Amino acid sequence: MSNKEHHEESFWTKYVFSIDHKVIGIQYGITALFFLLIGFSLMMVMRWQLAYPDTAIPIVGPFIKWLATLNGFASEGNLPSDLYNVFGAMHGTIMIFLGVVPLIVGAFGNYLVPLQVGAPDMAFPKLNMASYWSYLPGGIIMIISFFLPGGAANSGWTAYPPLSDIATQGQTWWLVAMIFLISSSLLGSVNIIVTIVQLRVKGLTWMKLPFFVWSQLITSFLLLLAFPPLEVAAIFQLMDRIAGTSFFLPSGLVISGEMLQVSGGGSPLLWQHLFWFLAHPEVYVLILPGMGVIAEVIANNTRKPLWGYKSLVYSSFFLGFMSFTVWAHHMFLTGMGQGMSTFFQITTMIISVPSVVILSCFMLSLWGGSIRFNVPMLFALGWIPMFGVGGLTGLPLGLSTSDIHLHDTYYVIGHFHYVVAPGTIFALFSGIYFWFPKVTGKMLDETLGKIHFFASFVFMNGVFFPMFIQGLAGVSRRLADGGASYAHAADVLKWNETMSYSAWLLGLAQIPFIVNLIWTLYKDKDSKANANPWNATTIEWTDATSPPLGHGNFKKTPVVYNGPYEYSVPGMKDDFLPQTKKIKKGK
Amino acid sequence: MDIKIPYNEDLRPDTGLYNAKLGIWLFLASEVMLFGGLFSSYILLRAGASVWPPIGLDGQSVAHLLEETIGLATFNTVALITSSVTMVMSWVSLKMKDISKFKMYMWITISCAIIFLIVKYFEYSHKIHEGFIPAHDTYMALYFTMTGLHVLHIIGGLFVLVYFVMPDGIKMWDDEPIRFTNRIEVFGLYWHFVDLVWIFLFPVLYLLN
Repeated sequence: MSNKEHHEESFWTKYVFSIDHKVIGIQYGITALFFLLIGFSLMMVMRWQLAYPDTAIPIVGPFIKWLATLNGFASEGNLPSDLYNVFGAMHGTIMIFLGVVPLIVGAFGNYLVPLQVGAPDMAFPKLNMASYWSYLPGGIIMIISFFLPGGAANSGWTAYPPLSDIATQGQTWWLVAMIFLISSSLLGSVNIIVTIVQLRVKGLTWMKLPFFVWSQLITSFLLLLAFPPLEVAAIFQLMDRIAGTSFFLPSGLVISGEMLQVSGGGSPLLWQHLFWFLAHPEVYVLILPGMGVIAEVIANNTRKPLWGYKSLVYSSFFLGFMSFTVWAHHMFLTGMGQGMSTFFQITTMIISVPSVVILSCFMLSLWGGSIRFNVPMLFALGWIPMFGVGGLTGLPLGLSTSDIHLHDTYYVIGHFHYVVAPGTIFALFSGIYFWFPKVTGKMLDETLGKIHFFASFVFMNGVFFPMFIQGLAGVSRRLADGGASYAHAADVLKWNETMSYSAWLLGLAQIPFIVNLIWTLYKDKDSKANANPWNATTIEWTDATSPPLGHGNFKKTPVVYNGPYEYSVPGMKDDFLPQTKKIKKGK
Repeated sequence: MDIKIPYNEDLRPDTGLYNAKLGIWLFLASEVMLFGGLFSSYILLRAGASVWPPIGLDGQSVAHLLEETIGLATFNTVALITSSVTMVMSWVSLKMKDISKFKMYMWITISCAIIFLIVKYFEYSHKIHEGFIPAHDTYMALYFTMTGLHVLHIIGGLFVLVYFVMPDGIKMWDDEPIRFTNRIEVFGLYWHFVDLVWIFLFPVLYLLN
């Protein structure tokens, strides 16, 4: 090793155990995309079972047979119902806790927040590394649990006791993995908040922050305060499973005709309260940073200031606060009482107001803009109505009367998938296309991107819209045969095939995206992807190179003079005014 | 490689904080939610029980044993409060640039934490010996989970305390005295929080039965 190289960082500290927020962001991004693919693959297998129950699955059949045999289930290349339960629980878990949240907070937040506030790194770089290296083991434990006898966790991603208390050992692994993931989120959220509060550069006052930074700030507060109660719940459930306690087991519980030999005295509802106290704010953790991405993309591509910036900020604050007061609308049918239901019904109706304000601001931002229809913008435009469908279909679920009919049907599945899949994931795609040149210095291909967008848009709706039809007809969720043996489902069973084909085609539609990512990476450096290919105003585009310098980000610490969305300022030569450009007053 | 993060030791003018101080307060906020969840669960489970502490499958209740251990728990409360006081004193000593006093107060803090753990060990083993294991009833389950998590916090803190007086940790005093003082302040906040949790655990688990 020559002397010069000796001073360079080694491969391990530069790319693996790096403390640079950009490298950690990319690590999060790649890992999370990988998990998204796994979670989606589970669903594609499940969709075969739903469309053609108990028949052998083409292509992956032998693998499913091997996995089922390993877990101790009988399979002839079909998906046995025990394994269906495993896949269902793990699809939800992987998508939410290992895919979307790490991608939108871990990757986007980590990479962009320091750049957008003009900081050289996160406030605590080593803690940042620790949070990734706590996330990865959590993910690995989850994946390993697939190969245990009895399979991975099979009590749904909500892991309701008493079922989960007595489930196979996969559930224990699930809980341990969750504790890793919760620790990772806590470290990450402390880091993001401190970075935003403490490391904003000179002149970057609160109301000059890009909306994306605001959304990350509020999201981090939600993660910080909502996750610990789930940690409590996970510890309780671990104690129930390992030490034989009865936190969630009521007295006199009979299982398979035999009295369970435990002390009893616990409460299954306690789990639901603790779980939903996290899991409802979690919905806003998923959607708020997505809104942040959409805000950046819309302002940039309409070439005009974001409509109602302050309303967006205040609405997000209100949304964040209210999200802690609505959790029991998931529990209307648990018999918790009319008074409780009424309270949570009212708060649920109230929380829909800020969401509508945010959505309206985005729509009004489009008004009169000369819109550039590039791929990030297409995803953002697709996001608006899809999130609208997701949000509006939530209202009947928030009213306890209509929820009696809709609870635990496919309608619920349709509702939250519209919020999370075409909602958050479209925002993520938009963000990936938008910031890819920042990260790599290369522009993603527009044609492949458009194929990806239009195919995804059509097939996403093909998967999720029929769920509303099935759900309104009364088809329950979590039926391993998709309702084939369920009287209510007879008239709407035909939709299962439509949904399944849409799901598989949606899988195919991701191939142009993956090809685009890999193919663009191997291209030479792109002259189009200069520092600021979108003519954007925020610091990460105007004051940093693409890709940004190594550790430290900026050659010179930027100073901010202008708001984040100064597009088409009258009297200016360019149609954008960078945040860091000083203009003379009094013209 | 070496980049300087702003406000690592000096205060940011508009917030009046250095980074780690804001960080530890946020961390403590999440800890409040953690123990808040535990105490809420305690309330919910206790409200659902007909007698408290409940009677287990063996027809026994831990009530009589608790009477005996109030003395030990009171002793432990005193030990922890003392450690909190000496923790502040060690920080003050650093502010007054008196490193030998700092070491003395740190060792007292460490001793108090170790005494707490030893007493806790005897309490645990006595209860387990008498058959009051976590699975006995929901009181015992809560008792072991809540005090267990608290003990984990003490053990974690103990490692950090020892690190601060070991050559490896204390050498920062020579190079970056302000940063080292900040570290002690920030850790002190954590240590007071752990103490405070015990102040809540003690009446809830020992006295209100």
